[in-house]
Amino acid sequence: MTTRMFGEPIQRREDPRLLAGRGRYLDDLGHGALAAAFVRSPHAHARVLDIDVTDALDVDGLVAIYTYEDLPERVADPLPLLIPHPALTHGRTGYPLANGIVRHVGEPVAMVVATDPYVAEDIVDLIQVNFEPLPAVVGIENAVRAERLVHDDVPGNVGAHLVQEVGDAPLAVDTAPHRLEFRLDIERSASTPLEGRGVYARPDASDGSIRVYSSTQTSTSVRFAIAAKLGLPATKVEVIAPDVGGGFGVKIVHPWPEEILVSWAARVLGREVKWAEDRREHFVSSAHERGQVQFVRVGFDDEGRVLGLDVRFLHDHGAYTPYGIIVPIITSTQLLGPYKVGAYRAEFTSLYTNTVIVTPYRGAGRPQGVFCMERTMDRIAEHLGRDRAEVRSANFIQPHEFPYDQGLVFQDGRPLIYDSGNYPEALEKVKEMIGWDEFPGRQEKAAAQGRRLGIGLACYVEGTGVGPYEGGHVQVDSAGRVHVSTGLTSQGQGHGTVFAQIVAEELGVPIDAVEVTTGDTRRFSYAVGTFASRAAVLSGNAIALACRRLREKALRIAGEALEADPGDLEIVDGIVRVVGNPRTAIPLRTVAVLANPLRYAFDEEAVRATQFARSSGDDGPPVPEDDEPGLEGRDYYSPVRSTFASGMHAAVVEVDPDTAEVRILRYAVVHDCGRMINPTIVEGQVHGGVAQGIAGALYERMAYDESGQLLNASFMDFLMPYATEIPRITTGHLETPSPLNPLGIKGAGEAGVIPVSAVIASAIEDAEGIRIARMPISPDELFWLRRRAETGEVERTGVVKSDRAP
Amino acid sequence: MSEDVYEIRLTVNGVPRSARAPARRLLSDFLRHDLGLTGTHVGCEHGVCGCCTVLLDGAPVRSCLMFAVSARAHEVTTVEGLGGPDGSLGPVQRAFQECHALQCGFCTPGFLVAVTALVRDARAAGRAGPTEEEVLEGISGNLCRCTGYQNIVKAVHRAADLMAEHGAEDGGEP
Repeated sequence: MTTRMFGEPIQRREDPRLLAGRGRYLDDLGHGALAAAFVRSPHAHARVLDIDVTDALDVDGLVAIYTYEDLPERVADPLPLLIPHPALTHGRTGYPLANGIVRHVGEPVAMVVATDPYVAEDIVDLIQVNFEPLPAVVGIENAVRAERLVHDDVPGNVGAHLVQEVGDAPLAVDTAPHRLEFRLDIERSASTPLEGRGVYARPDASDGSIRVYSSTQTSTSVRFAIAAKLGLPATKVEVIAPDVGGGFGVKIVHPWPEEILVSWAARVLGREVKWAEDRREHFVSSAHERGQVQFVRVGFDDEGRVLGLDVRFLHDHGAYTPYGIIVPIITSTQLLGPYKVGAYRAEFTSLYTNTVIVTPYRGAGRPQGVFCMERTMDRIAEHLGRDRAEVRSANFIQPHEFPYDQGLVFQDGRPLIYDSGNYPEALEKVKEMIGWDEFPGRQEKAAAQGRRLGIGLACYVEGTGVGPYEGGHVQVDSAGRVHVSTGLTSQGQGHGTVFAQIVAEELGVPIDAVEVTTGDTRRFSYAVGTFASRAAVLSGNAIALACRRLREKALRIAGEALEADPGDLEIVDGIVRVVGNPRTAIPLRTVAVLANPLRYAFDEEAVRATQFARSSGDDGPPVPEDDEPGLEGRDYYSPVRSTFASGMHAAVVEVDPDTAEVRILRYAVVHDCGRMINPTIVEGQVHGGVAQGIAGALYERMAYDESGQLLNASFMDFLMPYATEIPRITTGHLETPSPLNPLGIKGAGEAGVIPVSAVIASAIEDAEGIRIARMPISPDELFWLRRRAETGEVERTGVVKSDRAP
Repeated sequence: MSEDVYEIRLTVNGVPRSARAPARRLLSDFLRHDLGLTGTHVGCEHGVCGCCTVLLDGAPVRSCLMFAVSARAHEVTTVEGLGGPDGSLGPVQRAFQECHALQCGFCTPGFLVAVTALVRDARAAGRAGPTEEEVLEGISGNLCRCTGYQNIVKAVHRAADLMAEHGAEDGGEP
């Protein structure tokens, strides 16, 4: 039998190349290309009065300087609004280069092309831009106050306002036996991949085509965008995502100004041009996420069952809305988690500020929603004096209630219907892993030694695998090699391994014979992209379906050659054979030869397929009417709606009584993403997500001052955790298959990050007895919270008093 | 205006190399763009992320914080020099693969170089490998955004095991 491949923790096939230093990341390409660099705004809000390039003109190595006035039609148009939504009544996008006004620090104002990146940066420094600074709007509270506007024609700084509701939540809250009302805050953070963005364009003057390499999460859509902007048919544009050094959401945004400008300049100059973002540029010109202020009203019964939940929140989307309002939509829908609440109302206002744009970062609005719901669960438990796990359990959707319709519209415009899950089992498992029931004893014992321990818990449900579709193409060549391609891109998820596992399993071929290509429009031109934990679900299923087509064809051709019924054939180790009679067999590579009727014998194998070698038994054409030459399969997978993965995290923290430093002693994860293709890779995704979650809970934030300067725009000041900050993570898996797709899988990419701020807040609160309503939290902030709790300014837990929203 | 360029001779991965570059050329850029050794990556250019770590005369350094001219006449080891002469992976590289200690792979060369020195030093001190605390300390100059460090820590211990199994010659100088 062929070795089982689906579900096996096999080693990654991409690794040897990456480990040997033979990766091909964006800036590894294009040796000798001209270098682009950008003059960026130092002001958060300003008019551009004049751009003086005089001093730059004598620099050796200068090739070109472009400002907005130099851009032709289409290139000079505003950037596209990628995801229009009816509620986004005041969507605004920027220009590739500032058109008279800048709205955040880092917005590009002029582009320099030079022979060398050092020279290009010298020239950037010599260009004098005369700005007239305008008052900046920074922070949600200033945005909503709207004393100043980010866009003159957007009243109140309000880009979008959306209400979704099921039942009458305000009434349900008002009439519930118990009610609470409080405010929660989450600050900004960002994807921060270790490789920034980058673009490298190679024009071909002889046929007017262009090949563009971009460190992107969607090469197919970048291709269409570049074609549209340059006025080219898509057939003249190839876009390739080479090895990409992490994405986490920021690289799904497109076209970035640089993608258009570098491609355009390369064509204008007839030269290769490359731009590789530096770290400071990434902080101030790529996207951020997370910032929200939430006002919660909840009504519940004596068991802690939520009867009504009424959430109003303000979302900071930065200076422009190229990616629409996906993030707050996800917050408002995924907030519900694994619970059934009686009546629900979510109302959000999405606001402009003079800061970097906000677009999805791993988790994409879910960490905020989960923070809101899980803090609410903890508040309910505290109010009733009940166990936090018990209150959650009282609200769970039960295993027999799937599919469960939450009655809302999800981010894909489809109904929010959960496909499957087992929340009670996950809770039991995570409680056992963290030692939930024994913890009070442990906490007491530690307290006797002067140590402050706390335990926290949080649950989430993650809509994964959103449509509209992905495709897969699988081809067996006459050497028996299996070439697989799919259009979406890879940034470290191990697609080259997991997709090969699917193919090996479906086709019965050795995995070593399979090679996978992603994100190359030359190989597969229809695709959406890699985001929303969708690659395994969408492309995985599309590739499986393509394999099934190929397999059917292979068995038919082999059946003819072996004079056997295709139904009696199996493929084992790349050989098609009769079940129970393995000597009656034909290698798949020979079937591939026979699948392509030939006139010319270009090699020895091809001889078998030529017109005088093939058996001629019937009068039909060599390629039947409903067939195509070649042993290939192509298919698409387009889901009716998302799959819903779920999980629960728990943590034990220790807080230093003097310094307020938080140390995570234990961290446990139970995760359910349906059937796992490769458990090692799933676990790796969870680990990475949890680390980003811990980063967002305890270390990372975007520290803007009131004038819109990002004060911590470097790795010196933006505290990305090292190994010393991340505890050992214990993981447990459930596998509740999705009934929605052929492989029964759900996505896993974002899961790890989602509940972490909620878990850590819960654990710190348990350790300190002080309300934690704002994340991230630094030792400094916790120290002052303690002081304010002493004076009664900040509430201690266990003190029953209703908060009022300001 | 144009810049003076200097002939820069040094040994990289045991091979004498030379190229001409201006005085301000960073060692990282020199390795990547002048010598074509693009395995060394650049993640922050201010010495924090560790992606550009190379060994300079055996000691880990940030190649983005050093001028190429300062490396004249020195011995540099990059990720490309960690494998066997036949192109096979070295023990640290194999350990990273076995333990799934990389995802996007961008930070990986810096880790591999730093870990090579870390394990080598522990063994040179007559121990089987670094302790857990030394591992955390030893890799705490390198950022990884994908793995949460879990499997990197495992891989360091595994690398020490592999070196012990195969003896010092496989452990590879530097």
